[in-house]
Amino acid sequence: MRGISKSFGRTRVLTDVDLAVEHGEVHALLGGNGAGKSTLMKILQGVHQADAGEILVEGEHVHFTSPRDARDRGIAMIFQEFSLIPTLSVAQNVVLRHEQKAAGILLDDREARVRAHRILDEIGVDIDPRSRMSDLSTAQWQLVEIAKALAQEAPVLIMDEPTASLTRTETASLFRIVAQLKNKGLAIVYISHRLEEVFEIADRITVLRDGRVVQTSPTTGIRMDELIAQMVGREIEHELQDLRPRRRDGEPLLEVRDLHAGEKVRGISFTLAAGEVLGVAGLMGSGRTELARALFGVDRIDSGEIVLHGRTLRIKRPRDAIDAGIVLVPEDRRQQGLVLDHTIKSNILLPSLRRLVHGLARPLGLGGLVDDERGEKVATELFARLEIKGGTTRTPVRLLSGGNQQKVVVAKWLATDPEVLILDEPTAGVDIGTKTELITMIRELAGRGKSIILISSESLELLAAADRILVLRDGVVRRDVDRVEIASEAALEEMLQEAA
Amino acid sequence: MSTPTQARAEREDSPAQFGAPVRFLPYFDWRQYVIYIVFAVIFAVFAVTLSKDGFLNHQNLLQIVEQTAMVSVEATAMTFVIAAAEIDLSIGSVAGLASVVTALALGKFGLGLGILAGIGVGVGAGVVNGGLVTVLRIPSFLVTLGMLGVAEGVARWVTNESAEPVTNGSFIQVFGGGSIGTVSGLVVWTLVVVAAGAVVLRKTAFGRQVFATGGNRIAAEYSGVSTQRIKFAVLLLSGLAAALAGMLYAGRLQSGRFDWGSGDELSAIAATILGGTSLFGGGGSVVGALFGSLMIGLINNGLILAGFGVSQQEVIQGVIIIFAVALGRRK
Repeated sequence: MRGISKSFGRTRVLTDVDLAVEHGEVHALLGGNGAGKSTLMKILQGVHQADAGEILVEGEHVHFTSPRDARDRGIAMIFQEFSLIPTLSVAQNVVLRHEQKAAGILLDDREARVRAHRILDEIGVDIDPRSRMSDLSTAQWQLVEIAKALAQEAPVLIMDEPTASLTRTETASLFRIVAQLKNKGLAIVYISHRLEEVFEIADRITVLRDGRVVQTSPTTGIRMDELIAQMVGREIEHELQDLRPRRRDGEPLLEVRDLHAGEKVRGISFTLAAGEVLGVAGLMGSGRTELARALFGVDRIDSGEIVLHGRTLRIKRPRDAIDAGIVLVPEDRRQQGLVLDHTIKSNILLPSLRRLVHGLARPLGLGGLVDDERGEKVATELFARLEIKGGTTRTPVRLLSGGNQQKVVVAKWLATDPEVLILDEPTAGVDIGTKTELITMIRELAGRGKSIILISSESLELLAAADRILVLRDGVVRRDVDRVEIASEAALEEMLQEAA
Repeated sequence: MSTPTQARAEREDSPAQFGAPVRFLPYFDWRQYVIYIVFAVIFAVFAVTLSKDGFLNHQNLLQIVEQTAMVSVEATAMTFVIAAAEIDLSIGSVAGLASVVTALALGKFGLGLGILAGIGVGVGAGVVNGGLVTVLRIPSFLVTLGMLGVAEGVARWVTNESAEPVTNGSFIQVFGGGSIGTVSGLVVWTLVVVAAGAVVLRKTAFGRQVFATGGNRIAAEYSGVSTQRIKFAVLLLSGLAAALAGMLYAGRLQSGRFDWGSGDELSAIAATILGGTSLFGGGGSVVGALFGSLMIGLINNGLILAGFGVSQQEVIQGVIIIFAVALGRRK
C-alpha cells in the first residue's frame, strides 16, 4: 500500500500511509485507538476506498471496490470475533463459499470434510470437521477461523487481535501456527495491543499515530519503551488538561470484595469513595467489561461481596443494581443501551417509569398512569443539561450521532439519580468534540458527589478523568494506583504491558 | 459467543458518526396514520358507489361494528402481544373453547360460575402460553400454535363437535345478545375494551415497558424492565381477550361451538398490523387496530352489498390488506 489517504467528512483519518508486507513475513501494525489501523485494514479489505494512494498485490495495481474484490485477490481477514455460523459444522464453515459441487449441483459434503480435515491437519489442529461450531470452545473457534481463511488459499492474511480471547497455552499454539504459515510464504499483517506478543512473533513493526506512519522498523532494532513513546506521542487535548483530577479521602461508598463471575472475573477487590472517578484499564480480554456486567447484574456472580453504604447487596439482575443505585452505560449502546426506534424522551424515561407514576396510582405499580408532564420536564431538563443535539426530545434516537446517542444513555441514568455510574468505553465511536464533552461531564458528575467507574482502553481518557486507576489482567487487579503517581500516558501504557 | 468487541472494532473510525441528520421539526411519522387514510378512502368509495344499496344506512353501519366486535376485542390484546414482539396464534380456538365451556357451565351451574368458567379458560390458556414462553423459553409462535390445536381439540371432544345451546337470558343480555337502547351490547363491549386497552398501552408504565420490550429486549432488560414478566403479562391478556370474545360469540349466537372464532387469529393479526403496529414489535396503537378490524368488516360489507360472492370477497380483502400494509411499512 502506497501513499494511502482517507477522510470521513472533514475528519482526516489517514495521511500518506505506506505499508509493505513481504512473503514469509509477519508484519505488526501498532497504534492506539483512533490511530487509523482499522481504517487502513478496511481499505485493504475493500470495505472502504482510499481517497488517494494505491494498492499493489504481487507488484500489480489493484482496485478494490468491495470486500469480494479483495478476497478474490487473495486477501483474507481473521476477525476478532469470528465470521462463523454456529449451526453449521466445522467443515461447512471452513469451505463456506468455496464448496465443491458433486454431480454438478449438490454440495459435496464428503469433499468438504476431507478438505477441512487436510487444512486443520496442516496447522496441527485436532478438531473433528463434523462437529457443530456451537459445541466448540472459544479457542477452537479461533482456530477454525484461521482454517477458514486458509481454505481461501490467500497469500495475504490479516489477523486482528487474534489472542484477545485465548489463554496462554492457546496463544503459544497459535504462534506455532503463525510461524508455520510464515514459513509457507504467507504475508501476515498482525494487529495487537500486546507488545510482548508482537516482539515474540513479528519480523517488522509499523507504528501508526494520528493516521500517519511514525516508523517502520525490524523488531530487533527497537525496544519496548521506544515503541510506547512512538505510539503515545499525542498531545492531551487542550480542554482536558485543565481537569486536574484529585484524590478524595472519603469513606468508601462501594466496596467490592473478591468478586468471581464466570471465567473472566477471578477475584476482583476494590473500593470506591463518593465523588471519586475510578479508571479501569486493561488490555482486551482482561475482564474489564465482565466486571461491569457482574456489578450490574447481567452476568451471574459466583462468589464475593458487593457492599454499598455498608450494606451487602444481592444483585441478580439489572433491576436489583438499579434499585440499589448502581447503573451501567454499556459497551454497546445500540444493542444494550437504547431502543433505537423510540424517542429520546421515552429512552430517557424508561428506567424511571415506576417513579413517574402519578402519586395516587402508586399502589397500582406498573399499571399506574405515568405522569407525562413530569416526565416531559425530566426529559427536557436532561436534554438541555447534557446538550443533546440533533433534534428534540421527540426525535427517535436512531437519527442521532453516536456521541449524542451516548448522551441519551447517560441521561436516562441521571434521571434515576444513581450513586454509582459505571461507564464501559463511553467514548467509543464518538467524535472528538463530544468525547471531550463526555469526559468533562464525568468530572462534573464526580464533583456533585457521584461515584464513577470509567472503563476505557484509551489511556489519555483515563488520565484526564480518573482519580485512581485499576489495571486488570486475567480477571484480577494487578495495580491500583493514584492518578497523580502516573506521570504520562507512556507510563500508564507501560503499566498495562507490565501487567501483561 | 459475545460480539461486543467486534462491534467496538467496527465503530472505531466509523464514518457513521459524521453527517448525522439534524432535524429542527418535531419528528412526524405519517405511516402511523395510513390506516385512517385508507379507511376514509374506502369508506368514501363505498359511500358513493353503494349509496343506493343502503351502505350509509344507520343500521348497516352499526352492523359492521357489531360483526367485527369479537375481532376488535382480540385485536386490542393482539396489539400488546405484537408490540412486545411476541405472537398469539391460539386466540381463535381459545375463543371457541371458552364459548363451549361457558355454555356447558351456564347449563349446569348457572350465571356466576358460567362466566367464571369462561374467564377461567382464558386465564388457563394465557398462563400456559406465557409460562412456556418465559420459563421454558420456547418461541411464542410455536407455543401458541400448539395451543391452537389443543384448545380446539378439547372443545370438539367435550361437545362431540356439536353446538351447546345457551338459554340463560341474563347472560345473553350482557354478552352480545342485548342492547342499550338502539346500541348493541357488542358495540359497548368494543368501545370499553378498546378504550381501556388504549389507555393502558399509551399511558401506563406497563404499556411503556411493553413497547421497550418489543423495541429492544436487551436494552429494556439493561434498563431494569423485567422483560419475561412483560411477555407473560401480554400473553395472559391475550388469553383473557380471547375468552371474552368466546363469551360474546356464545351470547350472540346463543350457543357454544368449537368453531366459533375459528380463524380469528388471522383477522386479529391483520387488523393489528393494518393499525400501524410493527410486526417486529416496539410500537403499536390500539385505536389503529380497532380501525384495522373495522376496515376488514367494512370491506366485507361493501363487497356483499355490491353482490360479490364469498370467494371474490376473500381475494379482494387479501389484496387490500397487502396494499395497506405495504403503504405503512418503513423503507
